Amino acid sequence: MNIKNFTDGLIKNNAVFKQMLGLCPALAVTTTMLNGIAMGLATTAVLAGSNVVISALKSVIPNKVRIPAYIVVIATLVTMVDLLMNAYLHDLHKVLGLFIPLIVVNCIVLGRAESFASKNGIFASLLDGLGNGIGFTLGLAILAAVREILGSGTILGVSLSTPPIIVFILPPGAFLALGFLMAGYNRLFKGEI
Amino acid sequence: MEYLLLFVSASLVNNFILSRFLGICPFMGVSRTLDTAMGMSFAVAFVMTVSAAVTWVINAFVLVPFELVYLQTIVFILVIASLVQFVEMVIEKSSPELYAALGIFLPLITTNCAILGAVLINVQQDFGFIKMLVFTLGSSVGYGIALVLFAGLRERVAFSNVPTSFKGAPVAFVTAGILALAFMGFSGLVK
Repeated sequence: MNIKNFTDGLIKNNAVFKQMLGLCPALAVTTTMLNGIAMGLATTAVLAGSNVVISALKSVIPNKVRIPAYIVVIATLVTMVDLLMNAYLHDLHKVLGLFIPLIVVNCIVLGRAESFASKNGIFASLLDGLGNGIGFTLGLAILAAVREILGSGTILGVSLSTPPIIVFILPPGAFLALGFLMAGYNRLFKGEI
Repeated sequence: MEYLLLFVSASLVNNFILSRFLGICPFMGVSRTLDTAMGMSFAVAFVMTVSAAVTWVINAFVLVPFELVYLQTIVFILVIASLVQFVEMVIEKSSPELYAALGIFLPLITTNCAILGAVLINVQQDFGFIKMLVFTLGSSVGYGIALVLFAGLRERVAFSNVPTSFKGAPVAFVTAGILALAFMGFSGLVK
């Protein structure tokens, strides 16, 4: 039962390809695979943390002001991640830039808080947060890998000596690559979901 | 002239949706028909401009003097959330028709990253008050242009014969990609 909380978010309800949440960072930072994975892990940290805190506080927060309360919890965690990354992973922080504070308005985080953590226990919420976060990271990594291989002819910085198709690291390539990957996802998992 | 360049750069060259990737969720969500796209563009433009002005004042006169800059994210998102709530109440009282037309999209503006994105860019770039207003207006106009153009395209795509796997979101993304390619023609217009 518990393990299902974790695996559901990985592929069946994948944040990027199935739920289509958190698309702004998914499109913006996936020019290289390293950036994609880093962004995914930062989001996972916030998601797991906010799920745990909100699940622990669910009986204290009045129903009417729950959304602002959730947003304050999430914004606090995001500020922590932002400051920590600025201190210890400064180069990465500079590349991801604006999109670290923008985790606050990433629909996945608020979505899981509202639809899962506010109704379930702490441990289940932790698993749900981790599963959805890693699913998001997976989606970002796949999209980033496609864009890096096609757009700059490298993977994780290692050259593949294929000719780069520049458009894939430019904004239009992000939309095109995601469109085709989504079609592939639909084709692979059609009928099973 | 400087302001005109900033306006063109914010609205067309660095279009919020098609080159900065801000506000993609409503871009995909409300672009099925032209009417909702128009309503959404106006609501976003209004909330974006007002919240940029309010957060600019708070940042310049409260956060910076009291050395509370690290609270920016929390303070800004709270300002935006309360403004959206306020706008919702005003529209509900003053024009119930518009309120009904915008429906669920109105409260969802809080989690539109275009708003928080615009506010954060304003702060990071250290814009003065007038520059900030020009930039925000340009951005919201650009947001509206992209949203309305895309809604027009999607109304056409809805009637065409699309392969099964591409139905719905995938073909919308491919369409957005082509629109983004067209917008790349603007780069080089302004440095």
